[in-house]
Amino acid sequence: MAVSSHTAPSTGPRNRILRWIEYRLPFWGMVEDHFLGYPTPRNLNYWWNFGSLAGVILVIMIVSGVVLAMHYTPNADLAFDSVERIMRDVNYGWLIRYIHMNGASMFFLIVYIHLFRGLYYGSYKYPRELLWMLGVVILILMIATAFMGYVLPWGQMSYWAATVITNLFSAIPVFGQDIVTLLWGGFTVGNPTLNRFFSLHYLLPFVIVAVVLLHLVALHQHGSNNPLGIDKRGPQDTIPFHPYFTIKDLFGLTVFLLVFAVFVFYDPNAAVSPDNYIPANPLVTPNHIVPEWYLLPYYAILRSVPNKLLGVIMAFGSLLLLFIVPWLDTSRVRSATFRPIYKWVFWLLPIDVLALGYVGANPPAGLVVTIGQIATIYYFVHFLILLPLLGKIERPRPLPISIAEAVLGSGAGVGAAGEGQ
Amino acid sequence: MRKHAFTLAATLALVAGFTVGARAQEEAPTPPHQEWSFDGVFGTYDRAALQRGFQVYKEVCSTCHSVKHLYYRDLEELGYTEDQVKGIAAQAQVTDGPNDQGEMFQRPGRPSDPIVRPFPNDQAARAANNGALPPDLSLIVKAREDGPNYVYAILTGFKDPPQGFKMTEGTYYDEYFAGHQIKMPPPLNDGQITFADKAPNKTADEAHDVVTFLAWAAEPTLDQRHRMGVKVILFLVIATGVFYAGKRKIWSRIHH
Repeated sequence: MAVSSHTAPSTGPRNRILRWIEYRLPFWGMVEDHFLGYPTPRNLNYWWNFGSLAGVILVIMIVSGVVLAMHYTPNADLAFDSVERIMRDVNYGWLIRYIHMNGASMFFLIVYIHLFRGLYYGSYKYPRELLWMLGVVILILMIATAFMGYVLPWGQMSYWAATVITNLFSAIPVFGQDIVTLLWGGFTVGNPTLNRFFSLHYLLPFVIVAVVLLHLVALHQHGSNNPLGIDKRGPQDTIPFHPYFTIKDLFGLTVFLLVFAVFVFYDPNAAVSPDNYIPANPLVTPNHIVPEWYLLPYYAILRSVPNKLLGVIMAFGSLLLLFIVPWLDTSRVRSATFRPIYKWVFWLLPIDVLALGYVGANPPAGLVVTIGQIATIYYFVHFLILLPLLGKIERPRPLPISIAEAVLGSGAGVGAAGEGQ
Repeated sequence: MRKHAFTLAATLALVAGFTVGARAQEEAPTPPHQEWSFDGVFGTYDRAALQRGFQVYKEVCSTCHSVKHLYYRDLEELGYTEDQVKGIAAQAQVTDGPNDQGEMFQRPGRPSDPIVRPFPNDQAARAANNGALPPDLSLIVKAREDGPNYVYAILTGFKDPPQGFKMTEGTYYDEYFAGHQIKMPPPLNDGQITFADKAPNKTADEAHDVVTFLAWAAEPTLDQRHRMGVKVILFLVIATGVFYAGKRKIWSRIHH
């Protein structure tokens, strides 16, 4: 067996040391199979850029977060001032903090676009159900991480958001109050709460990294879906990831960084309530307690239901529902392009979610309440009634025979594949 | 490119929608917009206004309000020399210690000291102010919606109460304060402060200068941020152009 370490494989590095390593740890083989030569559908559009963007922003968040943690003090009496010290006295501390703060918003923006892209092109359908479910796990972990991160500066909104959100668990029958006490580490939001939130806020991003790796393993098992939603039939349907998608992703990355930079440098507090620059004060409740924008739709659902327990169930349910979307959607056609009714119905969902966001941001009075209730009902109707029903009644348009045929026109064959190399 | 434009527009619409939506509806009128030297992409703090604003803070506000996140050394950013800052710091008496007798003692301030607070603690501040706690001003401009215009409006918004408006004992009518009854007496008057640079000193001028100072106190790195932003964005625009050209060139090898 050992002999084959000397009989060099035909591909891979030439250098003897690298070959020795390669035989034991197939690094270059992995890079070749899963990055450079990775066969990618040739027809991906720009909506497919958001997956790699999410990966980049995750790294940005972890790097900036690790540096912030070097200067931050997780103590109820010192946390607020330590953040101000970062802003004023740490070299480029203001830059690192603004990157981290706005990075959270950017991360959610990217992931929400990524999620809606999956919904439009049916990326959750056979055989990518687990890939989709791992994505939902990532989203839930992100929400928990972001919420705990928002608490750390220990401003007014930090404190009161922590109070409101942790109190949701008190709606759970029998164990509710015990769970809340456990979350708080005491009988009110206080120093123990801040300490455990800091610990978990540092831990969860690495759990996210682990689930992202699983997400990638599941992705590479069957490869990316594509705008046509049809399977790859052969080499003429794909092109190697490098250089085609490395350059396309780099272009997308710089466009994204431009948007990111505009916020970091010219409106860094756009997404933050001014109240969070007031130190936490348990004796003064802010006029409106509002979560960060990316949580507003769930908050709107919560408030739209008159019963607290039911509201909590529906707010969490709106997320958990995503797990079963692959089975709620009864259509076997993936891409909305070929689904004449779903193609239009799809757009009602982002509109509905934006309406919920608007409702979540505004005091619940008058028309806002009505819009909130209608939008909440529609959200569940969309997934629980329309998705199963449309698959039954809709007559999809005929699918192209192959990606290559759709892209290159009929008669595309071996010649086209050669062109792609 | 059309899809890009759509994404970008969606981003901006989303963010704009939420920030506008999140603006709290107060009963007080919206503060009118003022011109600020630090507004806009190329905005920087007007140094002369900063120094005048610091003078207003020192002569008026500092009687009751602290700026606890600021150190004397930070004042060099207002354009004062190191020696001037040493002089300003030395005017204050700082409690230090304990010394080797185990006792606290007073000494003149140094640039490395935090700017001395008017009261040793919140209770002392309340006791001296009829039960009201004068807030720390280091972050006041960032801690209020539309901060600079709001603080300016409060400082210039004192009026006689409208007929029939019941005032609580020890409060003053301010047009822009929620509920209109503020416990701070009108702090600024026309001609109250004589500026070293002979700048105009109507109430509005004094308010404008002190708000500029407080905006700096809340966000002292704004100048640096604005300067760096221009460079970063220029770099990214060029990089975007290069990668877009590269993408076009590489993809032209295949029919797609």
